[in-house]
Amino acid sequence: MSAWKKHEIFEKNSFVLLVGILVAVAVGGLVEIAPLFYLKSTIEKTEGMRPYTPLELAGRDIYIREGCYLCHSQMIRPMRDELERYGHFSLAAESMYDHPFQWGSKRTGPDLARVGGKYSDDWHVEHLIDPRSLVPASIMPGYPFLAENRVNARDIKAHLSANAIVGVPYTEDQIENAVPDLRGQAMPDSDAAYDFEERWPDAKVRDFDGNPREVTEMDALVAYLQVLGTMVDFSIYDDAANAR
Amino acid sequence: MAQQKTGLVSLEEGGFAIFLVLLAFACIIIAGKTFDQVMAFHAGLGALFAAVSVFLIFKNFFDDGGEPIPAEIDGKPNYNMGPVKFGTIAAMFWGLAGFTVGLVIALQLAWPALNFDLPWTNFGRLRPLHTSAVIFAFGGNVLLATSMYVVQRTCRVRMPGKILPWFVILGYNVFIVIAGTGYLLGVTQSKEYAEPEWYADLWLTIVWVMYLLLFLGTLWKRKEPHIYVANWFYLAFIVTIAMLHITNNLTIPVSIYSTKSYIVWSGVQDAMVQWWYGHNAVGFFLTAGFLAIMYYFIPKQADRPVYSYRLSIVHFWALIFIYIWAGPHHLHYTALPQWASTLGATFSIILWMPSWGGMINGLMTLSGAWDKLRTDPVLRMMVVSVAFYGMSTFEGPLMSLRSVNSLSHYTDWTIGHVHSGALGWVGYISFGAIYCLVPWLWNKRGLYSLKLVNWHFWLSTLGIVLYITAMWVSGIMQGLMWRAYDSLGFLEYSFVETVEAMHPFYIIRALGGALFVVGAVIMAYNLWMTVRHGEAEEADTTPVGSLAPAE
Repeated sequence: MSAWKKHEIFEKNSFVLLVGILVAVAVGGLVEIAPLFYLKSTIEKTEGMRPYTPLELAGRDIYIREGCYLCHSQMIRPMRDELERYGHFSLAAESMYDHPFQWGSKRTGPDLARVGGKYSDDWHVEHLIDPRSLVPASIMPGYPFLAENRVNARDIKAHLSANAIVGVPYTEDQIENAVPDLRGQAMPDSDAAYDFEERWPDAKVRDFDGNPREVTEMDALVAYLQVLGTMVDFSIYDDAANAR
Repeated sequence: MAQQKTGLVSLEEGGFAIFLVLLAFACIIIAGKTFDQVMAFHAGLGALFAAVSVFLIFKNFFDDGGEPIPAEIDGKPNYNMGPVKFGTIAAMFWGLAGFTVGLVIALQLAWPALNFDLPWTNFGRLRPLHTSAVIFAFGGNVLLATSMYVVQRTCRVRMPGKILPWFVILGYNVFIVIAGTGYLLGVTQSKEYAEPEWYADLWLTIVWVMYLLLFLGTLWKRKEPHIYVANWFYLAFIVTIAMLHITNNLTIPVSIYSTKSYIVWSGVQDAMVQWWYGHNAVGFFLTAGFLAIMYYFIPKQADRPVYSYRLSIVHFWALIFIYIWAGPHHLHYTALPQWASTLGATFSIILWMPSWGGMINGLMTLSGAWDKLRTDPVLRMMVVSVAFYGMSTFEGPLMSLRSVNSLSHYTDWTIGHVHSGALGWVGYISFGAIYCLVPWLWNKRGLYSLKLVNWHFWLSTLGIVLYITAMWVSGIMQGLMWRAYDSLGFLEYSFVETVEAMHPFYIIRALGGALFVVGAVIMAYNLWMTVRHGEAEEADTTPVGSLAPAE
């Protein structure tokens, strides 16, 4: 069979083999990844999406650091039982500023895509410190140290800048004032809180961890959890217009 | 240090030394100027490793007096097996560590008190330690060691470079140490199987380019005109992993003094890139690379030729082309556009064919030697690995169908599937290869004890079966419970009720994993005894009657 003999060119020439391999493995990725960038329908038109505030971003970084995504997904599927259990299915737009995405791949614990506003701040604090004090059958680890650790605000400005470089639309003002904004969002009676509200009109200002003296990692994580799934107002979202 | 007469430092030695000196300085500066304690620790480690390496390069230079290493000894190629030995030992070490961490996290899911409420011991930080240890530390060293062995033997030539092979194997293990210590200290990108941060990724890229040069360099020097099939698979593995690694780790560091970075992709695009990467980490790291091992070690151990040359051609090209498309099956019913999800499912089904092509080629190589399955437990382990490969590559396409996936996604069934492939296929083919390699590398007649190999095989197989059946039951149960409605039309179960239902299966799974760990300990003991007390190969000394092999 002369066709089989033709394969020898790959077996006798390592460079040809190398190029052959590169061509073979490049195709699938290009076809599946590239269109997601230019097809406008990939990300729905929504109102309400905004970047994470400095405190929320710090909280998200803690979520990532502790590996929360390993047990909790953030992607509600369009299935009846999920819509009922978790809320409206997740839109691509809702994670457009997530670098990296946190859709998750396992539900050892429940999906958190719309956990924002479902439980009180106090519930979150108690649950994070000792999950079994609120949910006896839970197998989640405890994170009491979050309430003890002051949040690391030292380089939060650089975190916002890095996010801006990768496309998150932070304004100059928001980046410049990242440090006072981080503190202001967790200290409702301070001047910093007033200034924060000007730069972040839709964000919530609360003493998330119940400890008014310090801005802790608990403040940051709870602030992040409480914003999840709350940005898009589904009472005005047009499902039909964005159907693909 | 007999001769003081030395030649000039070679370009290779000088080049590596200069690079490592500059690296050491850069690390020291970063360690000094950073406020990030973990960065200080890692930069410090980097400086230490670089400094020690420079010392070793020069010590080695003075020790051999600039004598060139002969390409052949007594007409036979003077293979460089030192790095292969290192990799084999490292693989065993990391394997034991990785399997043990797996057992720990399995126990944590059954008894959460074992998280101890501390940051460094919680499930979230330990899980990537487990996955990286077993895939990259164990699997990676197996691949590096076997590829260095196989490419030299099949090309009948010593691999190039004096420092280069050591740079690759040691540099890779340094990456492992940085990544692993990082996870415990909270340094992670949260991208599955790509958790190490930007500086570790950069280092790995350098090591990987050197690895490609080492591998290609050996092929260029080859004395055999044809490149053996195992090397096509190794080359595809090396090249594709480079492509995947770079694309899925394109990040902007917060600063050069910070461990943290943000990836350029976001949301749905990042999801697609991540699972294009994630599935192909399986396809190329855990499949193509280990198929290369199958293609060398099974025919060698069975003393039979590979079943079909034509099948190897067809399934090689089909496998590497099709595998890449399967990624979206991790994202069914998510916000990924449906066209991508359909492509992923379709190609995953098509992928069944070249995968089973490989399985058939591996199994049918035993043609004419099936009785060896009874007598040779090492060969038996490798053949059973191919059977598990067949099973996983059937289960995978099945789970890639949207209808099946709507039940299985997010459940323990995925974990069961992963572990039948990881323990059954990757684990067993690796163990088989290591069992073959150790006597060959240390010049021993055979393994210290074939009976211990049998014990290993049966205990581990029982462990694997317990593991996967527990996860099939718990996974399908979870999926069904989540979607269950009662007669009034309300959701039947609260989420925590489904968690409670998992408990007994988490215990059974931990037991299965424990048996797997015990098997690995038995293997480590057997290998240790082989190296230290095994009978030497070839009667170089005067034969003292025929010594009965240890049993």
